[in-house]
Amino acid sequence: MELIAASRIIKAQQAARSALPYTRALTHAVSALATYADVAHPLLEDHQPPRRSAMLLITGDRGLAGAYSANVIKAAEQLHAKLVGEEGQECIQYLTGTKGVAYFDFRDRHVEQSWTGFSDAPTYADARAISDVLIERFLRPYEEGGVDQIHVVGTRFVSMLTQQAVAVRLLPLVVEDSDEAPVNGEVIPFYTFEPDAGAVLDQLLPMYVANRVFTALLQSSASELASRQRAMKSATDNAQDLIERLTREANQARQAEITQEISEIVGGAAALSESAGNE
Amino acid sequence: MERPPLKVQVVAADREVWAGDVVNVIARTTEGDIGILPGHEPLMAALVPCVVDIVTDDGRSETLAVDGGFISVAQGHVYILSQEAVMGEEVTLELAYKASHELAAIRDAGDISDEQLHHLNILHAQIRAGEKVQNRQSA
Repeated sequence: MELIAASRIIKAQQAARSALPYTRALTHAVSALATYADVAHPLLEDHQPPRRSAMLLITGDRGLAGAYSANVIKAAEQLHAKLVGEEGQECIQYLTGTKGVAYFDFRDRHVEQSWTGFSDAPTYADARAISDVLIERFLRPYEEGGVDQIHVVGTRFVSMLTQQAVAVRLLPLVVEDSDEAPVNGEVIPFYTFEPDAGAVLDQLLPMYVANRVFTALLQSSASELASRQRAMKSATDNAQDLIERLTREANQARQAEITQEISEIVGGAAALSESAGNE
Repeated sequence: MERPPLKVQVVAADREVWAGDVVNVIARTTEGDIGILPGHEPLMAALVPCVVDIVTDDGRSETLAVDGGFISVAQGHVYILSQEAVMGEEVTLELAYKASHELAAIRDAGDISDEQLHHLNILHAQIRAGEKVQNRQSA
């Protein structure tokens, strides 16, 4: 198990790396648009105070990954408490991964929709399916069950040793102004938009959201594999320790048995020769 | 004036499909075909499912199919972002023909959904790209 996880994690990291150019180009384009085109878009609309939120929780499909799913569920519960308890919102739950589904089923809590079967190798199509549902929900009017905010709770892959459960707001989008431009000493060029900024934004933002979901899935899958590898490594080490200890105990017991048998034989022989000497 | 070639990157959601130095890119935006030569003004445009033709610095042609997305041109860099971009060489023509025939049958019956129509357009772009590459190879 440890070795399987170790080999898969390389693949997961490669997948995360090869998705990077897309993420970078997309983020650059979105911030360029946001800087120069002062357009309103439904996906950027921030309703204050938020009345209803949706939460996407990303968990693993399989166990034997240490505290991976437990940690991310704990983070989700904290966010849930904050949204519902402190801000008095309704919270609609979306899930990926069978571990999360089992958790919610057992507690009889309502889950709006769940996706399973891809936690260790998510594809872009999976992310797209999820983001389509989330965007549709966000764009629906509040009266018809729409939400004002969407949060994603997943696990960030920091390193092989550290993975962090994090909650981020997916929608409405917060577009950060590009911080790359000043580094290169160039300004964001003044783009011509075709047909117009609104239409480009229409095309761009759903791609951006899907990409954010995809990134979260990829990070979570790498984290799941890393924690599985770690959990299985300590399981192997523990088993090794156990084997060593039990082997010693078994050897000792066998040695004790042999010693006893020898002393019995010696004792018996001594008794025999003694009785023979007396006769 | 001789301008340096464009640096083009075609990226799909999960990988970089193609990158290189280029002297001409032709793609189809929502407004119609657009050709981009070195020194083009900064541009950002929404694409429709189409074939993207690229003429590289050393005179080769590359053909790709994209499923929409957008193109951005700035400071000698061209990004073509498309969720599922494929090289013409990667298209399996038989599969694409089959899938497009099925969808065309649905369309002719008159009950095609927007999503299926979009998919059909993507398939047509892939078929055109695939055929173009095949013709080039046989020529």
